[in-house]
Amino acid sequence: MADENITLKDAPSDTAAPVARVTGGGYQRRDGARAGSAPGSGAAGSRGEPRKFFRRKKVCKFCVEKIDVINYKDTRLLQQFVAERGKIVPRRLTGVCTPHQKRLTNAIKQARNIALLPFAARF
Amino acid sequence: MQRTYEIMFIVRPDIAEEDVDKLISGFENSLSTAGGTLKSVDKMGKRRLAYLVRKFSEGQYVLLTVQATGKAIHELERRMRVSEPVIKFITVRTDQEQKRIAKVKALRATKVRRVPEQPAAVTEGAVQAENPATA
Repeated sequence: MADENITLKDAPSDTAAPVARVTGGGYQRRDGARAGSAPGSGAAGSRGEPRKFFRRKKVCKFCVEKIDVINYKDTRLLQQFVAERGKIVPRRLTGVCTPHQKRLTNAIKQARNIALLPFAARF
Repeated sequence: MQRTYEIMFIVRPDIAEEDVDKLISGFENSLSTAGGTLKSVDKMGKRRLAYLVRKFSEGQYVLLTVQATGKAIHELERRMRVSEPVIKFITVRTDQEQKRIAKVKALRATKVRRVPEQPAAVTEGAVQAENPATA
C-alpha cells in the first residue's frame, strides 16, 4: 500500500510538469497578443527576458501648466479628478505627481465639506 | 500675529438679501471688536448644493477674506454655529499658502531672466554664419 501511494504521487508529478510547460507557453502567447502595442507592464514576459514597462508616459497636468494654486473653489478643475460616483481618482490613472495629488485631495475634501462637490453621487 | 483666513459659508436660500447683509455686518462687528479686519466680501449668489444640507438643496454662498487672530476666528465661528440662517461654513488659513506661492513665483522669475540671454547668442551666431555664406 505504501508503494501504491508512492507511485501515485510520482505519476501526477510526471504528468504535471509537461502540462505546466504547455499551458505556460500558451499563457505567454496570449499575453503577447493582449498586450498588443507595448510589452506592457504585465508579468515577466518570457523567462529570462528583462521586464519592460512601456506605459505611455503620463504627465502631471499641474506641473505642465504650472498651476500653483489648487483652490477648493474652482469645481471645474476639481471635477476632472473626481470619478462619476464622486470618488477621488488615484494618481496612477491621472498621472498627477505626488505633491500635487496631496493638494488636490485636500482641496476636494474641502470642497466636499462646503457642498461644492458631493461625497457620494449617483445613488 | 494677524493671520489671513478665508471663510466661506452658506446661508439658507429663503433669507432675503438685506438680511444677509445684516448678517455680514454683524460678523464684521464681532471681528473688529476682537481686533481683526474684514478684507473683502464676495457674495457668490445662489447655487445648487451637491447634497442636502438641513433639507435644503440650494443656498446662498458668501466668501469673506479676513485678517485676524485665531481667537477672533474662534469667536466668529461660534457665532456662525449659533446663527440660524448659516447652515454650513468652512474656514481655511491662507497666509502660509500665499507665502509658498510667492516663493515659487520669485524662483520662477529668477529662472526666466536667465533664458532670454541664450537665444540672443544663438541668433547672433546664425547671422554671422549666414553672412559669409551669402558673401
